[in-house]
Amino acid sequence: MTTPPNAPPPRNIDIKPATPVVATAAAAAPVADAQDVAIRAQGLDSWYGSVQALKGISLEIPKCRVTALIGPSGCGKSTFLRWINRMNDPIPGARASGILTLHGDDLLGRALDVVELRRRVGMVFQKPNPFTKSIYDNVAFGPRLHRSFRRADLDELVENSLRAAALWDEVKDRLKSSALGLSGGQQQRLCIARAIAVGPEVLLMDEPCSALDPKSTASIEQLIRELETSYTIVIVTHNMQQAARVSDRTAFFFEGTLVECGSTDRIFTNPANKQTEDYVSGRFG
Amino acid sequence: MHSLGARAHSTTRTRTPGEIVAAATPTSQVGRRVVDRAFLGVCIAFTALAVLLLVILLVSIWQDGHARLSWQFLSAFASRKTEEAGVRAPLWGSIWVCVICAVAALPIGVGTAIYLEEFSKRSRFRSFIQLNIANLAGVPSIVYGILGLTAFARAFGTANSEDPIAFGQPESFFYLQLPFGHGVLAGGLTLMLVVLPIVIVSSQEALRTVPGSLRTAALALGATQWQTTWNITLPASIPMIMTGGILAMSRAIGEAAPILVLGVPLFIRSTPINLMSDFTVLPLQIYNWSMRQQSGFHELAAAGIIVLLAVLLTLNALAVIIRHRLQRANG
Repeated sequence: MTTPPNAPPPRNIDIKPATPVVATAAAAAPVADAQDVAIRAQGLDSWYGSVQALKGISLEIPKCRVTALIGPSGCGKSTFLRWINRMNDPIPGARASGILTLHGDDLLGRALDVVELRRRVGMVFQKPNPFTKSIYDNVAFGPRLHRSFRRADLDELVENSLRAAALWDEVKDRLKSSALGLSGGQQQRLCIARAIAVGPEVLLMDEPCSALDPKSTASIEQLIRELETSYTIVIVTHNMQQAARVSDRTAFFFEGTLVECGSTDRIFTNPANKQTEDYVSGRFG
Repeated sequence: MHSLGARAHSTTRTRTPGEIVAAATPTSQVGRRVVDRAFLGVCIAFTALAVLLLVILLVSIWQDGHARLSWQFLSAFASRKTEEAGVRAPLWGSIWVCVICAVAALPIGVGTAIYLEEFSKRSRFRSFIQLNIANLAGVPSIVYGILGLTAFARAFGTANSEDPIAFGQPESFFYLQLPFGHGVLAGGLTLMLVVLPIVIVSSQEALRTVPGSLRTAALALGATQWQTTWNITLPASIPMIMTGGILAMSRAIGEAAPILVLGVPLFIRSTPINLMSDFTVLPLQIYNWSMRQQSGFHELAAAGIIVLLAVLLTLNALAVIIRHRLQRANG
């Protein structure tokens, strides 16, 4: 990365100067130890053209934990997620200001190498989107973009990535056959293996189970729990039970603001905010 | 059966959708079926008419020309004696021009399509280019002929066409001259102008069929725009691009007007040996023969048309085969 660690300059992409951090009491609940923070947002604002999608988000996402972002549609949780690997860049009119850092490296500056950032931050999408290539080539695609490998190393990397995604035993005999022949749940685990294969620090998941049946969903959720030991995971979900099952911390977004953030147990059993309570108990949203 | 629903309206109770439907006047079921059948009949009639016209055309050409078809017809040069005349020069001329056209039009056309679809941001400039390409696809080919004459054959008048600057020996394969004059290079580039809009538009359509989720997936893995295009988007769309390209080539091989405007010789007894060689093409030879008085030349024209149609059908068959092969390889 271009900026030295631990020295995030308060740089903006556009227009607005960095707003001073005005965190509400509920939102401010910090992660215990500053050393364990992977992603830190302070006063993050974001616009699509003239529509403001995020309003002063201040949030700390702990390292090697699962953080769930919940909230009704259009609340800004996906926008927040997509700023972490800059997938908002191609959207016309999308811009952000404030502070967003990954292990101290500024993510919003012009000097950021987006290609290197995306190697460090993998993403899994709502619908499984394997390439029209073989299973092997799907996993090997990412690593080959960044480095050249000896054949044996690449074979090992593909195997270990598929093992990490709990898919190896199901596909080891047909690595050369098309990825499109896999079931929906298998395809999504292949996409996770593909994201892991480039060696990321963070995995972003944008409603990864919403197109899957309950059995596949259960296998993905179990996988998320296993991956947590090695990766910082941020998951957007509409499924309250899923957030409760897989996450350590939960952040509740509403209309572009962060209403409340804290340990999942506390958010679901004893939320500080009335809106959060209504949402997690299913009274609105 | 209507009464229940109709009465419900007069009371304060709101009617359910089922009651409203039941209260409405039914349309004639018989009438709908008759119209359906009649429409099908009209469609079949028009299709049959089109096929019939094509069959009549092919049969009449075959009757006129098949007697002239022989190996000698393909291997002989044009001649004043009808029994000795053949299409060797125009056949080879068409092949040369078509290859040059393909080599020039495909990279430029596909490159433009990739720029417009994958790289350019939405802007007025892009809409302007897009609009112009769409309009250019509809420009009569003779206009391109005049452009080709000015740009390629005469180099905008910057050099003396009568006394061109020569590089190498005129007998050599690598002979070049400036301006190009009316050789196969000028012909091929002129046809490139004719088919370029078609290649660009069909390539753009091919690129658009690739799902956006695949591009997003590649970008999220840290691929650059170019790596995404080269590894994901282009392989997925290449069957359609090839099909469009070959169809554009069959358009090019059938063009007479732009070549005529270039001022190629009407009577030629040699095949091209380099990019500057004189040439003629099949449609032009057919045109020449059909303008003659003697009926023998009309038979030659019909035989020439059969050869041209055979080349076109071969190209189209090639397009189908390539598409199937690549689709299987990708699938």
